[in-house]
Amino acid sequence: MKTKLTTVALGALLAAGPAMADLVFPDLSYRTGPYAAGGIPFSDGYNDYFTLVNERDGGIGGVKARVVECETGYNTEKGVECYEATKGEGALIYQPLSTGITYQLIPKVTADDIPLHTMGYGRTSAANGKVFSHVFNYPANYWNGASGVINHLLEINGGDIKGKKIALLYHNSAYGKEPIRTLEELSAKHGFELKLLPVDHPGQEQKSQWLQIRRDRPDNVVMWGWGVMNQVAIQEAANIRFPMENFIGVWWSGAEHDVMAAGDKANGYKSVTFHNVGSDFPVFDDMQKYVVDAGKAAGAGDNVGKVLYNRGMYAAMLAVEAAKTAQDIHGTADITGAMMRDGMEALVINEEKMAALGMPNFGPSFDVSCENHGGPGLVGMTQWDASSQTWSLISDFGATDGEVIGTLVAEDSGAYAAENNIAERCN
Amino acid sequence: MFYREAGDFKLSYEADSQTFPIRFDRYRYYAVLAVAFGIIPFVINDYWANAILLPFLIYSIAAIGLNILVGYCGQVSLGTGGFMAVGAYACYKLMTAFPEVSMFIHVVLAGGITGLVCILFGLPSLRIKGFYLAVATLAAQFFLVWLFNRVPWFYNYSASGQINAPERDTFGILITGPNAQAWATYLFCLIFLTGCAVIARNLTRGTQGRKWMAIRDMDIAAEIIGVNPLKAKLSAFGVSGFFIGVSGALFFSVYLGAVEVGEAFGINKSFLVLFMIIIGGLGSIFGSFAGAAFLVLLPVVLKVVGVDVLGWPTDIVAHFQLVIVGALIVTFLILEPHGLAQLWRVAKEKLRLWPFPH
Repeated sequence: MKTKLTTVALGALLAAGPAMADLVFPDLSYRTGPYAAGGIPFSDGYNDYFTLVNERDGGIGGVKARVVECETGYNTEKGVECYEATKGEGALIYQPLSTGITYQLIPKVTADDIPLHTMGYGRTSAANGKVFSHVFNYPANYWNGASGVINHLLEINGGDIKGKKIALLYHNSAYGKEPIRTLEELSAKHGFELKLLPVDHPGQEQKSQWLQIRRDRPDNVVMWGWGVMNQVAIQEAANIRFPMENFIGVWWSGAEHDVMAAGDKANGYKSVTFHNVGSDFPVFDDMQKYVVDAGKAAGAGDNVGKVLYNRGMYAAMLAVEAAKTAQDIHGTADITGAMMRDGMEALVINEEKMAALGMPNFGPSFDVSCENHGGPGLVGMTQWDASSQTWSLISDFGATDGEVIGTLVAEDSGAYAAENNIAERCN
Repeated sequence: MFYREAGDFKLSYEADSQTFPIRFDRYRYYAVLAVAFGIIPFVINDYWANAILLPFLIYSIAAIGLNILVGYCGQVSLGTGGFMAVGAYACYKLMTAFPEVSMFIHVVLAGGITGLVCILFGLPSLRIKGFYLAVATLAAQFFLVWLFNRVPWFYNYSASGQINAPERDTFGILITGPNAQAWATYLFCLIFLTGCAVIARNLTRGTQGRKWMAIRDMDIAAEIIGVNPLKAKLSAFGVSGFFIGVSGALFFSVYLGAVEVGEAFGINKSFLVLFMIIIGGLGSIFGSFAGAAFLVLLPVVLKVVGVDVLGWPTDIVAHFQLVIVGALIVTFLILEPHGLAQLWRVAKEKLRLWPFPH
């Protein structure tokens, strides 16, 4: 078995040999398992954007980008295997799209000097660049999301949500538990009552939670779900006739496939977001021309313009821009992981840049700095229209409660630094 | 020709009752040890250690542990994932509470704690048998996972409920954390596996193992000939728990580094380890190794062949992997219900007679 594997590994090495000069972007995707519904469109968008850059611009700074896909199935053990298998190929950046795998990779990437970008997921306190040198989670994180939800509720309730009952329906994992701290702080600050309802992996079984919601009659339900859990929750909410406009999901609980199953009854369901939705951007014309029509689309090619496809594309766009910045800083087109990290830390995203890329107003403008790896944390709200089957942005990207979040980030990152004897950077 | 007893004279009882009475077997065993300890640490890299060898070594320990309980003592357990979680969380609490203590001691203590927990959950085995016991241990599985999710003390009140292994060493060599060298983590696990295998092998060959097997084969008859079922069953739970706890501790601290109890130690883990010993062979130490190797290495091989060599899409390969591993399990169990260990045994029997089969 071992000799067989060695020959196979050798063969793979030889096959990969001539392509060494590429910029390697590993894609730890999951196209199988209970979370595949979210993993497929994200990975398609991520892959397609790199294909577009290669086809349209001839690569990044003249060097072709190569995406190495590795299936994790949202499973941490396979995630480790994928990381070890791809890091030797000169990986520039990891985006695992899994909070569990992120936790595992944080110490590893720091030791191997490869940046990790966890856009809107992962360890929230990684926003503190003083402690987490190689981890970035711009432009927004979970705690911005939680605060964004509460801000929206404040807005529609005339600034007063004292005494309101808000239930948090969450995936009982590191991912789902992330917002609890922030919501508890916010509940103390604004005087609402917080109820916690955990749902176990994979989330198909939610009868008891919804029974409790029916009994307690909370004013709002906030959901931190992923994969099959989202569809089930929205169906259950429809079954008990919970008013959909009072049901708000985080950005991982707000894609087309989550609401489609419940049909018309899902009309009005809301979800926070940190980037724009829809396919009404010039970049999609290029995408159609260079990628889809050329038959080079990833996967089945049927996800273009969906919420999670856009997010994958946005993640790839930020990675490409960071790579360009890194090439400028170091004056070489053939960058390494360490250079990529410098590029991410010096990344500037503004309206002109996005417009030039054909993505005007696609996401917020922000600058990354040595201290702040988390971006500005601007959060908007989207709502589902079941008749036209579209998500639409119903508010501008607004600021979140920086005071509460800043304190929590400092606290949590401080605990991590103390546990691992990390000296603060950027001084 | 080489593999035979003829001419291999034993001059003492010790020589006659040793683990590998056939000379060729013994030398093969020494050769495996020499390669594992003397050669692999010098050629190992991160990929081989983290993706292939560490999971193989750690699952082998878990499989040996479960094999003692299920294969030798006949007490069906579906609580392996939960017991591994006990080992992992015990190790985490010890690592964070006593940072200056050597990792060896932490892992052994974590095993000991798991052994005690396992004995506690083994108590129902005195009253119930077979499928009913399986259900009782299944309850242990769910209870333990729920406990580690529910009580923040176990994960030191971290925001996400994850536990992260800090950097710890033994004799000044880093064993856990991202800066640990591949050879160090490999050797650390290998030493534990070797120790566990030798202990398990000798336990099962001696009085204790015979008592377990007597209970497995027919507990009433065993009681009549003087085997105390209380002691036999609970000792099997304790020893098995120790091994499973060690594997859980290594799984968390050395292999993964960060663990979320529901995901890493769920019911799937219990089934995985159970499948390992069923495929490998119940009641066989070699079977534990073979089963672990089969279920750890096969998916990796299939992935490497499918994605890297043939260039197929990753999702197709992932689906094929499920189909092929599933089909192979079914085929094996139909062709050889006693597992890979039985194939090995048959091969050895044939070799003994070769080249004159009659």
